[in-house]
Amino acid sequence: MNNILSIKNLRVRFRTKSPFQAMLQKIDDPFIDAVRKVSLDIKQGETFTLVGESGSGKSTLALATAGLLTAKEGQIKFMNEDVTNMTPSQIMAYRKKISFIWQNSIGSLSPRMSVGSLITEGYKIHNLKDRDLKMEADRLLKLVGLPTNIKERYAHELSGGQARRVGVARAIALDPKLIIADEPTAGLDVSVQGEILNLLNKLRDDLGVSLFVITHNLNIVRHISDRTAVMYLGRFVEQGQTDDIFAKPRHPYTLALLSANLTPYQKTSLENRIELTGEVPSLMDRPNGCEFHTRCPFSSKHCDNEFPPIHTFNNHQILTCHYPLN
Amino acid sequence: MKGVIKKISSDPLGLIGLCLVTLMVISALGAPIFAPYDPIQLNIMERLQGPSVNHLLGTDQLGRDLFSRVLFGGQVALKVAFLTIGLALIVGIVLGLIAGYGPAWLDNSIMLLFDTIRSVPTIMLALAAVTVVGPSITTVIFVVAVSSIPNYGRIVRTQTLTIKSKDFVKAEKLMGASLLRILSIHLLPNILGPLLILASMDIPTVIALEAGLSFLGMGVKPPTPSWGSILNDGFSLIRNTPWPIIAGSIPLVLATLGFTFLGESLRDLLDPKLRKLL
Amino acid sequence: MSDNILKIRDLSVNYQTDRGKLKALRNIDLDISRGSIVGVVGESGCGKSTLITSIIRQLDANADIPNGSIEFEKQDLLKLSLDKMRNISGTQLSIVFQDPMSTLNPVLSIGRQMIDIQYRDKTSKKIKKQRSIDMLNKVGIPDPQSQLKQYPHELSGGMQQRVSIAMALQAGPSLLIADEPTTALDATLEVQILKLLKELQVEMGCSILFVSHHLGVIAELCDHVIVMYAGEIVEQGSTYEIFNNPAHPYTVKLLECDPASISKKQRLLPSIPGEIPDLTNLSGGCIFKNRCDQSIDRCDKQTPKWNEFSNNHYVSCHLIES
Repeated sequence: MNNILSIKNLRVRFRTKSPFQAMLQKIDDPFIDAVRKVSLDIKQGETFTLVGESGSGKSTLALATAGLLTAKEGQIKFMNEDVTNMTPSQIMAYRKKISFIWQNSIGSLSPRMSVGSLITEGYKIHNLKDRDLKMEADRLLKLVGLPTNIKERYAHELSGGQARRVGVARAIALDPKLIIADEPTAGLDVSVQGEILNLLNKLRDDLGVSLFVITHNLNIVRHISDRTAVMYLGRFVEQGQTDDIFAKPRHPYTLALLSANLTPYQKTSLENRIELTGEVPSLMDRPNGCEFHTRCPFSSKHCDNEFPPIHTFNNHQILTCHYPLN
Repeated sequence: MKGVIKKISSDPLGLIGLCLVTLMVISALGAPIFAPYDPIQLNIMERLQGPSVNHLLGTDQLGRDLFSRVLFGGQVALKVAFLTIGLALIVGIVLGLIAGYGPAWLDNSIMLLFDTIRSVPTIMLALAAVTVVGPSITTVIFVVAVSSIPNYGRIVRTQTLTIKSKDFVKAEKLMGASLLRILSIHLLPNILGPLLILASMDIPTVIALEAGLSFLGMGVKPPTPSWGSILNDGFSLIRNTPWPIIAGSIPLVLATLGFTFLGESLRDLLDPKLRKLL
Repeated sequence: MSDNILKIRDLSVNYQTDRGKLKALRNIDLDISRGSIVGVVGESGCGKSTLITSIIRQLDANADIPNGSIEFEKQDLLKLSLDKMRNISGTQLSIVFQDPMSTLNPVLSIGRQMIDIQYRDKTSKKIKKQRSIDMLNKVGIPDPQSQLKQYPHELSGGMQQRVSIAMALQAGPSLLIADEPTTALDATLEVQILKLLKELQVEMGCSILFVSHHLGVIAELCDHVIVMYAGEIVEQGSTYEIFNNPAHPYTVKLLECDPASISKKQRLLPSIPGEIPDLTNLSGGCIFKNRCDQSIDRCDKQTPKWNEFSNNHYVSCHLIES
């Protein structure tokens, strides 16, 4: 299968001090790396999920992929075109082929626009004059399972689930090749989140789009995702087939995340549940050596000083750790 | 629009405001029809009369009918108010959008300009302008507009800064929307509401300012009637007759109250919590 | 169930809205026995927040309580004067909210706030300060002495929540109300806070009313679970019973919807079709009837009664009546 998206050694950083402040305070490097040396491939028709805690750089990676943030280093290739180096007309074509589903479902809808004009705005932006906007709106609403009379409503008149569906309708309007979904179930009730996920899955099967899902909800990852990456302090600590990662996590952080995933039912088959102490270190003050060693229950002296090597299991499960779990 | 008027009418003060404003607009626009006399025609025989059937508000020291002068003075007041606020709004919106959406250095320069303008009192600015180009309605409009630009510009700038970081603006950018589209379709409509309320509440201030400048002889040139010049004329005769002062101040008070009530009612109406009910 | 610290009987709460009277809570009966952790679980619109705010008497101005009583430590909170209520909340009754920054004053240091809330006590500042340090120690804040000088925004989300728990427990309340205290936290921190709450509950001997929409969290922490739906309690029982032997169709479906409950990977996830009924316009009968796939004629007409499904496990459903 072809890679629809291919990211190599991506680095995204933010400025923390203005050049003037940095000069005054004699800071050489007034930046923090939110995403550090991340590489991933997403194949056509595949669901790739990214899990991690807040501040791990998940959303930054997503926004950089979508082209809203510029990368400091690295390469983003979308259908074999280099995204980081595009002419304005190429960028417009790129915008048509990727779309975004926002975590803040209501806040991502322009408040003074009706649902009908919101979901067909893409046709206007990209100058597709041959489309009958009213018919397109009806078609899209039907696809996402909303009544067509919702067209007249405004964002603040929608429930969380409805707003999320409108966001999905807008995202699929231009027949994208890749949909990036940032926390697609955030703020939704358990009884509704299944509907949204089923909808995304159905669109993937029917339209052949690839999904790049960002979430902290491990329970849904297990069901919807083909491959998963685990992010910590802006790096991927482990990535591979979702089934393998859930059945046999090799990185201690992955195991800790799975252990912290509380369920009302019998404890998952993990024999060695671990609990983390302490909190995620600040990006301004990255630990030396393995960046997880401050919280890792298995860390040794080695981990404090030396950056861990990359291990590969079964040809696909990649992780960076001195002592991978077995 | 129908809904707005209906909603305002359900608020007693809003209704009073709406009536007063409508009354003022109609009487000013219809001044040539309603006014019983020519407002600048002298009639020395009937000078300084009290109210009567012939002269509803009496006459001034030159025998001009005060009621007619009040009606025509309303024309001046409205003209000044709407042109001034309109001009200030347009320039304020443009500068505010540039400051809020543009690069930091442009933002800083525009804010510096705003602060400079705000540091000069309007009356001082008016005095300077009148000395240079002479008193006229245009001077009044220009001076008051320039001094109110910073008020609108600042609000537009803050709102732009807030809204441009919202998710829906990011979503539009991601879909490929152009700068013009984002500014005109997504930013401006969300800023306009509070701005128009502020503008409607500023109208009485401008009317009073025009009257004040005319009172000081820096506004409209005689014999053009203005509420301010009626007051000025009456001021020197206050020991002889109170009527010119009364005639000049009644419309001023009513207009101020009317626009203030209307503005407050509009504000309550557009309050986000109540907006759902519209 | 002889010694109940909180005893709610027949509590109803209405909100006056533009669309009419919204019946947010209807005839709630609830007991919390001394020293237990009771979990209230339900989705948005089920009335969890209204229940909490009516216990602490902080309901919005457009709310009224047509009937019911809330008996806490043998006195009806609804009948107390505001003065007496103020004395109870903060000493015997305290609360931890979802967002710790909403309870911490951003312009005062942690130490100042922790000393300030002991205003009822006439002892010296030194003792109060020592107490605050001890309390911070208890909630697992490293180096409490120096943390007292910090301002809330200088702490991370997890630490802020620990501080607000410390402040809530400082007066040694007999009931702690926790309103989604871990929802804003990451999973690894969530586990830490839950563990802390459990330890403190044993150590200080208080009861906890824990409100959450997260089934896993409720199961981890609570002894007893109350399931709410659209302003009513539909099922209650021990945590083990509710999660392993659910009886009310809503509870059954809710648990089925939780992707964590499905052990085998599946693409199609279950959901509960339909929406909660309009609480301004209730038609009588069972509250869940319009989304229940087993409803019978009786569900339309009659409000179901409480039935004991198994030992201490009560269900409000016609299907259970035997």
